[in-house]
Amino acid sequence: MKLSTTGRAAPTLSLLGTTALLFEAPGAMALESQQRIWALAKEATGWPEVREAVPGMNNLMLTFVRPPRRLAELKERLAAAWETVTPLAREGRVVELPVRYGGAGGPHMADVVAHTGLSVEEIVELHSAPLYPVYALGSHPGYCYLGGMDPRIATPRRQVPVLSIPGGAVSIGGAQTGVSASAGPSGWNTIGSTTMRFFDPARDPPATLRPGDSIRFLVEGIEA
Amino acid sequence: MIEILSNAALATVQDLGRLGSLRFGVGTAGAMDDLALAAGNLLLGNEAGAAGIEIPVFPFKVRFAEDCVFALTGADCGARLDMAPLLPWWSHRARAGQVLTLGLPQGAQRASRAVLCLPGGVDVPQVLGSRSTQMRGAFGGHEGRALRKGDVLRAADPGRACRTGFGLVPPAIALPLDIDGLVALRVLPGAEYLGFETASRAAFWDGEWRITAQSDRYGYRLSGAALRPVAAMELRSHGIVPGVIQVPHSGQPIIQMRDAQPSGGYPKFGTVIEADLWRLGQAPIGSRIRFIEVDWDQAVAALEQKQAWLAKVARMVALQHSAPTGVSA
Repeated sequence: MKLSTTGRAAPTLSLLGTTALLFEAPGAMALESQQRIWALAKEATGWPEVREAVPGMNNLMLTFVRPPRRLAELKERLAAAWETVTPLAREGRVVELPVRYGGAGGPHMADVVAHTGLSVEEIVELHSAPLYPVYALGSHPGYCYLGGMDPRIATPRRQVPVLSIPGGAVSIGGAQTGVSASAGPSGWNTIGSTTMRFFDPARDPPATLRPGDSIRFLVEGIEA
Repeated sequence: MIEILSNAALATVQDLGRLGSLRFGVGTAGAMDDLALAAGNLLLGNEAGAAGIEIPVFPFKVRFAEDCVFALTGADCGARLDMAPLLPWWSHRARAGQVLTLGLPQGAQRASRAVLCLPGGVDVPQVLGSRSTQMRGAFGGHEGRALRKGDVLRAADPGRACRTGFGLVPPAIALPLDIDGLVALRVLPGAEYLGFETASRAAFWDGEWRITAQSDRYGYRLSGAALRPVAAMELRSHGIVPGVIQVPHSGQPIIQMRDAQPSGGYPKFGTVIEADLWRLGQAPIGSRIRFIEVDWDQAVAALEQKQAWLAKVARMVALQHSAPTGVSA
C-alpha cells in the first residue's frame, strides 16, 4: 500500500480523459471517509478549473471547465486538501421504502442466492435490517448510492449489463445496494421492487434525497 | 415553425449537453457529434451551443411552415428541399411550405447522424441549464422524448435574415484521423489499464474493433479480442464521463456515449478523448474502428486543435455574414 507523507495510506488519482479527474479515498469503505469526501467536494467546488465536484462511493470526480494545463498542481492541491478537511457530518432525513422482494420484480434474486449460498428469506432479512446512509447520487437522475449493506449478501455485477430494468428496482452490485429511479440499463442484480418518486427536474434541488439522508427498506412481501 | 412529417424514430433535440448536474445523477446527454452541431450553429450566426435536431434514422422529413434559414451538418444524407438537391455542411433558405427530406447517409465519408440547425436554435425550455433531451429522466429537449410525426418545433429567431448559400469543408476531411482506412480514436489510458493482461493491452491498440448492433446514444458495445484482467476487479461506484471505456466481465469493451449514466463501477481501460468523441458519434453500427494511445499533453493539444477549427469556422462565417447582402448563392 502506498503511504502519504503523513504516514496514512495515500489516495489514488486517475484521469477520465481530459474531461475529469477521479480521486479515490484509501482504506475500507466507511461513512467517516464519505464525510471527508463531502467536505472535499464542498471545498473543490470553489476552485476555478472545477465545473462540478461529484461524490461517488468513497471517491470524488472533478469535472473541468477546461483541461488544466498544470495537472500536477491540481493533483497536489487535492491531495493536500484531503489531508486537512474536517469530515462533514450531515443530519439528514430518514425515508422508509416498502419493498416487494423476489418474484417478477426481483428477477436476479436467484443469482444472489446462488452466489451467497443464503436462502431468499435470509437475504431479505439481511437486506432490510440496516439503516442505509445515502453516500452519493449517480447512475441516473435521482438515484442514490447507499452505504452499509451487509457484506454477506454482496454479489458481483452481472457478466453482461441488462439493457433495461424498471424504475423502483432494488438491486445489489458488488458490495453496494440501491433503488433505480427510472427504467434503464444496469449491470446490477435486481432483487425486489418499490414505488417512490426520486426526481423532479422542476424542483431545486431536483433530487428528492441528498447525501446524508438515510433509507430503510420495509418488507412488504416476499415471493419465490 | 417546422413540422415533423416522418416517423422520426430516435431523432432528438440536443445542445452541447447538461454539464453541471452530474451530482444529482443527471448524465450530460448532448449531441453525439458536437462538432457538427457547433458548426451548424455557427453557419447561422447562432451560439455554438444552441439546440439543434440530431437525426440518426432515415428517411427524415420536415415541412417549413414559414420562410426560414437552416443549416445541415453531420452525415451527408442526399438532402432535398422539395425536389432540389442540397449540399451538406451548408446553410440554406426554405420558403413556407417547402419539405426537407434527408435520405440514407452516402459518400466516401459515410457518417451516421445528420444535424439540422435553425436560426437562434430550437426553441425548447432550458431544464437544469440545457436543452438536451434527457431520455432516462424523460425531461429536456422536446417534451423529454424523441421526436415523432406531427411534432411542431419552433426556431428561437425564425425571421433571421442572414446570408445563406455557403458552407464548410467537413471536419472528417479537415481533421482526418485513420489507420489503414479505419476511423481512429485517441485514448488516454484509465485507472485500471495496468490491471489488464499485457497481451490484452497490446490487442487493444493493435486490433480492429467492430461497433456492434447493441450500440446507441447510451454506449457503443464493441466486439474484438477479449480484454482479460490479471485479477477480477470489483470497484466502488464513481463518476464517469462520455468516452470512458469500461470492460465488464465479458471482456468486450463498452464506450460510454452522450446518454451514458454519470457513474459506474466496471474497470476503466481508458477514455476516448473529448476531442475525438464526435468521430465516434458518427461511426456507423457495423463499422470497424482503431485506437491510438495518447498522453495528457497530446489529448489537450487535440482539444485545442478542434477548438481552433471551430474558431476558424466562426471567422469565415463572420466574413460571409458581413458581406453586402442581397445575393444568396
